[in-house]
Parts: sequence; structure tokens; C-alpha cells
Amino acid sequence: MSRRARLGLFACAGPALAVVLVLGFRGLPAFGHYHGVYGLVVNGVELSLRHATDMVTALNFDLRAFDTLGEEFILFAAVTGVALLLRELRDESQRGSAADDGAHSFSGASDGLRGASLLLVPLIVALGVYIVLHGALTPGGGFQGGLVLAAGPLAALLAGRYLALKRLAPHAALEVLDALGAAAYALLGLGGLVFASIYVKNFLPLGIPGHLLSGGFMALNSIAVGLEVTGAFLLTWTEFLDQALLIRRRSERS
Amino acid sequence: MSFLPYAVAVWLFVAGLWGVVASRNLVRTVLCLSVVQSSTYVLLLGVGYRSAGRAPIVADVPVVSKLVDPTVQVLVLTDIVIEATVIALLLALVVQAHKRFGSVDPADLRPLRD
Amino acid sequence: MTVVQIMALAVVALGGGAVVAVSDPLRQVLLLSIYGVALALLFFAFQAPDVALSEIVVSALGLPLIILAALRKIRQHERSQDEDSGAR
Repeated sequence: MSRRARLGLFACAGPALAVVLVLGFRGLPAFGHYHGVYGLVVNGVELSLRHATDMVTALNFDLRAFDTLGEEFILFAAVTGVALLLRELRDESQRGSAADDGAHSFSGASDGLRGASLLLVPLIVALGVYIVLHGALTPGGGFQGGLVLAAGPLAALLAGRYLALKRLAPHAALEVLDALGAAAYALLGLGGLVFASIYVKNFLPLGIPGHLLSGGFMALNSIAVGLEVTGAFLLTWTEFLDQALLIRRRSERS
Repeated sequence: MSFLPYAVAVWLFVAGLWGVVASRNLVRTVLCLSVVQSSTYVLLLGVGYRSAGRAPIVADVPVVSKLVDPTVQVLVLTDIVIEATVIALLLALVVQAHKRFGSVDPADLRPLRD
Repeated sequence: MTVVQIMALAVVALGGGAVVAVSDPLRQVLLLSIYGVALALLFFAFQAPDVALSEIVVSALGLPLIILAALRKIRQHERSQDEDSGAR
């Protein structure tokens, strides 16, 4: 379809769609007047039944843990797709090896930036670990903490040390991390089947609300998802950065 | 005034869709698609909000206080993380399409023969 | 509905429009990042700190990095194509 035809079609269909959406949304309860029951019940019973103080994490990793299993495998499938699509093609080969001493095409970082970025790595990783572990208590959990954890090693990129980052976190290790997280989540569900005879049911003691080890197996689920998200994002980033910074066509190299 | 969040969701959806339709660059198409997707976040969180409600974390609030619905927040939270990887997948497809056809204009894409 | 929520909604509506309206992908990446931060502020105003936390990281780092790398790859490829056609 030509661009003109597409725009013409949208000129008719777009406003119609907007009208339909507005008419549909008018049937929703007015903003601020939530009528649902599920969320209110969760808010009422979660603390006494599951000993977790963050309802969102409790829903994510306990009450709706089966739903999260599906979401986690969407993530896994998407990252596998990225890795498959971006693996080097036959007419390309990897440029830049150990001989380049950790530098790459934008290695012009100043000394201050290098020092600051090295300082940032442990700080960001510590923050990520904190967010993953305190998911059941305060805002956070595996998904957000995993993202922060993945951002930690990436600070090395600021210092122009991309190849050092690659040596620290090679693709094989990231793939293992990604797969391990996904598998650990599914197996934790299986633990529920073994010890409580229901898939993804909590099988650990609930602990005291507000303590680090509370909420049963939520913390373990959170760690599993955190590992998977870390591996998934580092793998996606390094695949793309490899394409942008390292891989060139062979004809260009000579 | 209480329709405003839903109106913003409609605006983001339709505007993003226009960007997808009108785009001459596949990267721009993907970015506009992410705007379309963000309209669902505004809609879902708008549905789950209760006026004068607090965030659904009971660590430091009395048990009787009014909390917003955590269910929609779970949906949006996981979707944001997954959205990023799905956009990465789409961009990987764009990079491959550029390798094969030498262009990122959707008009230059042809069916694969070999 | 509070003033903060109305302002955040207005910024998000403007930001989304700006991302769609700009045609240069490089500027779009920057706008998308700003738009993401505006969305995160909106999520805070809607009492959803968990959601805001993941939106901040994704919009500040996750997406821009991927898009910039893809744009650079495409540009490199275009340049090497130009060189190939110039050599012939």
C-alpha cells in the first residue's frame, strides 16, 4: 500500500477510532471512583495472609505468580529473538580483539569520567541488589532491581571500556544467567507442587511482616526474576553495541 | 475533568498510530509504536486510581487508610520491562531489514524471495 | 483529581505528541527519554512508585541505548554502501 493510500485510510479511520475509544472509555467508572473488588480484597488480606508490605510485589510474585511466569517467558523469547537476529552474518566478522586493550571507537573519555564510572559500578550494583531483596517490603522487586543491576556493568561503557565489559560479562555467561533465572522461576513454582501440592503456591515460612525474610518464597521469586532481567538486558545491550561498535563488513577491514 | 486521563490515553493511542502510519523510517515507526503502548499504561493506572488513595504499600500507613488498586500496577510494571525487550526485537528486525534492502523506508521493503 | 496529576497528564500528552511529530530519529530518542521521565512522574502522581521505578530505568537507559546503537549500525551500513558505490 502506498504512503498516500495509508494516510488517506488513516484520515478516515483515525478519527473514527478516536470517537469509538472515547465512547467506550465513557463507560468506565470516573477517574478516582474505582469500583473493582479484586484490588481492594488484595489490599485487605495480603498483609495478614502473606506477610508482605508491598502489595504490588505480593501480587506479582505470589498471588499472580503464574501470570508472571508467562510474562517472564515473553521476555525470554524476545531476548532470544534479538540474539538470534543479531548474531553476526556470514559476510561479517568481529573486529577488535584482546589486542585493542579494552578500548573501542569512542574511547575518548577523560580521567575524571573513567574514575567516576568505576566508582559507579559497585554503587549501582549495590542499589540493584537492595531493590531486588527488599521487593516484599518497599517499592521494588525482581523486574526493577534486575534493570538496575544490568545498568551497573554498563557504567564501564562511559569510561570507554566496552571490551573490558565484554570480557567481564561474555555472551555465554549472560545467556546462562538469563536461562538460569527463567528456569529457577519455573522450578520454584514446581517446589509449590511438591511441598504444597499446588503449582506456584508458597511453601516457605512467612516470617514477620516488615522483616527482610518475610513473604515466603516471594524473595526467591524476586531473585530469580532479577537474575533473568539482568541477563536479558545485558545480553540485549551487548548484542546491539557489538553491532554498532565492533562488527564491520570484511571488505572494510582490509 | 474526571475524563482527562482517559482522554490522554485516547490522544496517545491515536497520535502514536498516526506516527506509525505516516512514518518514512522504520526506526521512527518503532518509536511511535512505543507511544501507542504507553497509552495503555495511562489508561490502566487511571482505572485503578482512587481519589485520595495512597500507594499500595502498608509499611508506614495505618491499615484502615485508602489504597489504590495494585493489580493494574502489576500489569503495567511487567509490561514496561517487556516492552523494552520487544522494542529491541523490532529494532533488530529493522537492522536486518536495512542489511537486506539497504533502506529503512517501509516503501522499499519487498517480499523475501530466496 | 489533584493539580499535580493534571500537570503530569498535560506534560505526558505534550511529550507523546512531540515524540510522534519529530521526524529525525536521533531527536526522537532524546524526546522519548524525556517523555519516559514525564510518564514516571505521572506514575508517581497516580500513587504507583513500583511502576515509576521501572519506567525511569527503561526510559533513561534501556531504550535510548538500544535505539542509538541501532541507528549507529544503520548509519555505518549506509556509509559503507556509499563507499562501495563510489569505488565502482
